[in-house]
Amino acid sequence: MGGPGGGLGWVVSGIMLRIPRELYDKIVAHARQDHPDEACGVLAGPAGTDRPERFIAMTNAERSPTFYRFDSAEQFRVWQDMDDKGEEPVVIYHSHTATEAYPSRTDISYASEPGAHYVLVSTRDSEATEFRSYRILDGVVSEEPVTVAE
Amino acid sequence: MAIEVRIPTILRTYTDGAKQVEGTGSTLAELFTDLEQRHGGLQARLIDQGGLRRFVNVYLNDEDVRFLAGLETPVKDGDTVTVLPAVAGGAR
Repeated sequence: MGGPGGGLGWVVSGIMLRIPRELYDKIVAHARQDHPDEACGVLAGPAGTDRPERFIAMTNAERSPTFYRFDSAEQFRVWQDMDDKGEEPVVIYHSHTATEAYPSRTDISYASEPGAHYVLVSTRDSEATEFRSYRILDGVVSEEPVTVAE
Repeated sequence: MAIEVRIPTILRTYTDGAKQVEGTGSTLAELFTDLEQRHGGLQARLIDQGGLRRFVNVYLNDEDVRFLAGLETPVKDGDTVTVLPAVAGGAR
């Protein structure tokens, strides 16, 4: 399955996502469970460490196969909670259920956490799950390698 | 006393990196106009001609102002206003 479609910029910047197996599996399970709607959520970690440690499944307020949006009240509570715990959103994930795990124009235009890894999971194949990670900064997408820590 | 406004990472370029700023006003619209005096450019990231931008969430204390009176929501000293970019996207 190909790289970025549509000739979008692709910058390799020597960064990566390192994610514990348990959290990786939880994201995939959430995406499978909500299929064919898009699933979304956050992995929180101690601020400044870039270490995802806590899995938080979020409600897709749109309940849609082609769009997701965090429920605003839930987002407020989760963001406050992270703030109280000295955490930040290290990973923001969502699924694409019929297309590849690459950020769409919509994903790029709404990306609003410059420090986060944007994880895209595709459940278009009923068995193989695509799991890819990106930085999205000022409209520029950079894919990064994913290392699953056992 | 003033109104405390919490600024998300992506908008801190307008507040010299500050996570929290203070302002005054009797409505949210007035508060944003007041903030604009010291943090030029911020207002345009929060509102457009149609009112509050669609993908910006603004909370008065812990309530989304969309469920209050939007930009006309009354605010007072001691309140906390939190701005969070909506997290959204999708395959479409």
